Amino acid sequence: MLDIITGFLEATLRMACPIMLASLGALFTARSGIINFAMEGIMITGAFFGVYGSYLTGSPWLGALLGMAGGLAASLILGIMSITVKVDQVVAGTGVNVLFLGLTSYFCTVLYPNGQPSSVNAFQSVVVPGLSSIPVIGVFFRQNLLTYITFLLVPVIWYLLNKTTFGLCLRSVGEQPHAADSLGIHVDRMRYIAIILAGLLGGLGGAALSLGQVSCFIENMTSGRGYVAWSAVTVGKYSPIGIMGASILFGGAEAVQLRLQAMGIEIPQQFFQMLPYVLTMVVLAGVVGRTVGPKAIGKPFVKGER
Amino acid sequence: MGEKLLEMRHVTKRFGKLIANRNVDLDLERGEVHALLGENGAGKTTLMNCLYGIYAPEEGEILLNGEPLKLSGPKDAIAHNIGMVHQHFMLVPPLTVLQNIVLGQECKITPMDLSKARTKVEDLCERYHLQLDLDEKVADLSVGAQQRVELIKALYRGADILILDEPTAVLTPPEVEGLFDILHQFVAQGKSIIIISHKLWEVKRISDRVTVLRSGEAVSTVFTKDVEQEDLAAMMVGKRVTLEYDKAPVTSQKDILELKDVSAKSGQNASSLKNVSLHIREGEVLGVAGVDGNGQLELSEVIMGLRPIQSGSVRYRGEDITQVSTRRRIESGFAHIPEERMTQGLVMNFTLSENMILNCYDKPPFTVHHLFDSKKMKANGEKLVEDYDVRPRTPEALARSLSGGNQQKVIIAREFSQDPQLVVAVQPTRGLDIGASDFVHQKLLGQKAKGAGVLLISADLDEVLAVSDRVIVINEGEIMGEFVPGEIDYAEIGLMMGGTRRTVKKEGELA
Repeated sequence: MLDIITGFLEATLRMACPIMLASLGALFTARSGIINFAMEGIMITGAFFGVYGSYLTGSPWLGALLGMAGGLAASLILGIMSITVKVDQVVAGTGVNVLFLGLTSYFCTVLYPNGQPSSVNAFQSVVVPGLSSIPVIGVFFRQNLLTYITFLLVPVIWYLLNKTTFGLCLRSVGEQPHAADSLGIHVDRMRYIAIILAGLLGGLGGAALSLGQVSCFIENMTSGRGYVAWSAVTVGKYSPIGIMGASILFGGAEAVQLRLQAMGIEIPQQFFQMLPYVLTMVVLAGVVGRTVGPKAIGKPFVKGER
Repeated sequence: MGEKLLEMRHVTKRFGKLIANRNVDLDLERGEVHALLGENGAGKTTLMNCLYGIYAPEEGEILLNGEPLKLSGPKDAIAHNIGMVHQHFMLVPPLTVLQNIVLGQECKITPMDLSKARTKVEDLCERYHLQLDLDEKVADLSVGAQQRVELIKALYRGADILILDEPTAVLTPPEVEGLFDILHQFVAQGKSIIIISHKLWEVKRISDRVTVLRSGEAVSTVFTKDVEQEDLAAMMVGKRVTLEYDKAPVTSQKDILELKDVSAKSGQNASSLKNVSLHIREGEVLGVAGVDGNGQLELSEVIMGLRPIQSGSVRYRGEDITQVSTRRRIESGFAHIPEERMTQGLVMNFTLSENMILNCYDKPPFTVHHLFDSKKMKANGEKLVEDYDVRPRTPEALARSLSGGNQQKVIIAREFSQDPQLVVAVQPTRGLDIGASDFVHQKLLGQKAKGAGVLLISADLDEVLAVSDRVIVINEGEIMGEFVPGEIDYAEIGLMMGGTRRTVKKEGELA
């Protein structure tokens, strides 16, 4: 029994980490007033380039760095479309997703002349001596470094948003961009900063998926996790701590789903795979209820126009 | 006073073909309150936006202390100690008062230290006797308190010259008094103020000098004490206007509408209705006076059937209509001029023609045998824009493209073209200039002359007194008393508005 719980916790943490990273990135854009529907595309790009970087250099860390760069590129497209060109943000985000889903599959055939290796160097667990041997709780102390970093980012981002003037500026831009503008805050610049942070974190989230879980890239391997990451922002009520909770919840659902599949119950596996997404809807509708997001979210900022 | 602090010389601002300001001169002396008076669309706000760096004028110059001033944005204006409080507040509701005040001063990822700012703001509050809880969220503040935040925000940035754009438009009468007290203190401490307004009494009360703008041009600048309200009104609109109306006495004894002991629950901020009884006769204008948010909105909604009542009854021509739907009421002759023009009165993205048949699109002649005739709609639109002097005269224009006054004309055209028996008008002239207000009043009196009953709810006491045959005063959802305009003085009305019940005296003892 203890083994089952330990295994479940282990899987939950592993599954939660990429979603949490991407969700924390998307939080920046949300608080600055941008709907980040491109997270799926950002993550898949991060996942691909993470593996590619590791393949080129042999180091998963350099791979993660390249993954972040890829995520940044995808994110910047969303930024240009929604901040500078001012098109509908959901449409722009969806466009980014479709584009990078296709591009990563294409790169897969072009960038690996001899076919993709079945595995590259991936993140290894860091075992904390002593603590990791505690039953059950020990799983928290034998994760890979990226997971620790992810959990560390939660208080860091909370602090950044709530206790610094940067956070104040960013939030004001998402709430009342005209008020922010009248006080000399560069609305577009703040939103681009948010886009950059979302790209870096989303890319890292993608790399956490490909290098932290499987050590290779599979076409469409994010399979909706980017959207789940965005819903984690809403379910988490636009706060880093809420996002941590929501991500763990989704990670847990994913872990349960895997367990159920492995148990070989006579139900088509697709039903189990639905679980995290059904959970998203149930949680959104039932438990969390109406969440109030930043007031200016989804609205392009045009100077002088109210 | 006396030292010339700021000068705007020959300022011209164009928007494409439209000339918003033409060759305007304005000067401001240290320690004065200078009013900028004009109708809606006269170019007051545009002129001040030029001074605050939001717009760059095409011609003319701005001198500060005799030195030419180049402004490329609000930041420059702030740097030269010019502060502006916009008509629509520039505040971020989820942030605290203090955070709003310091916002934009720096943008760093180092720990935020507001203790210095707090001391400075507290000093400012003390100096000008402003009461503000710095840690409260702006969203939780009253409108008056939000305005104080805006004032402090400007002062915190070192403003010596304060521009206030229609600062009293959103305030209740006690809040207006509070604001005027604050402004007096500012001036006493050497600040200079430009106040934009289209309210005559306000200009007369608060300003030392007035510059009147009309169609983008400065008509004249005068010392306030040298002129009367009527003179200012004449300068503003270009012709003399009467603030009094000829009203035919009410002859009918027949009640069109009767409310008996009506109680209703309210929304969040206003008072609920408690045992309200009233009646309106044929050809009578019943005015409802009172400070905004004392149940007026609820009263109008109860009459229109938009708000359920808890007890009491509503009778229309003797018939109990308490349970009758809004739609049925409209069909039986109710007309409604709602308080919120843009959200309740019009569909902003519809054309004028479409807006003008919202209450009757499914009736002949517009719909016959379940078929809608858009030609009839267009013809109706063309006729009504003509009859009601809607500008521009294009029924295809979208409602959102019109000025406030013309939007109101569209609503009135729609409601009155159905020959109503009962008109419920809520704040029908709020935000309108004198010309448009006069138009609305004439139309309301026109309905009265046709024999309709009119309920006029307004926070503008002068309007209520000028238009109504009979006035009731409402306070916290209760009727405080009833009188005929001219019968009692302002002081007594003020007492009732403040919650003192009028003791009914016998005939002949009045006034």
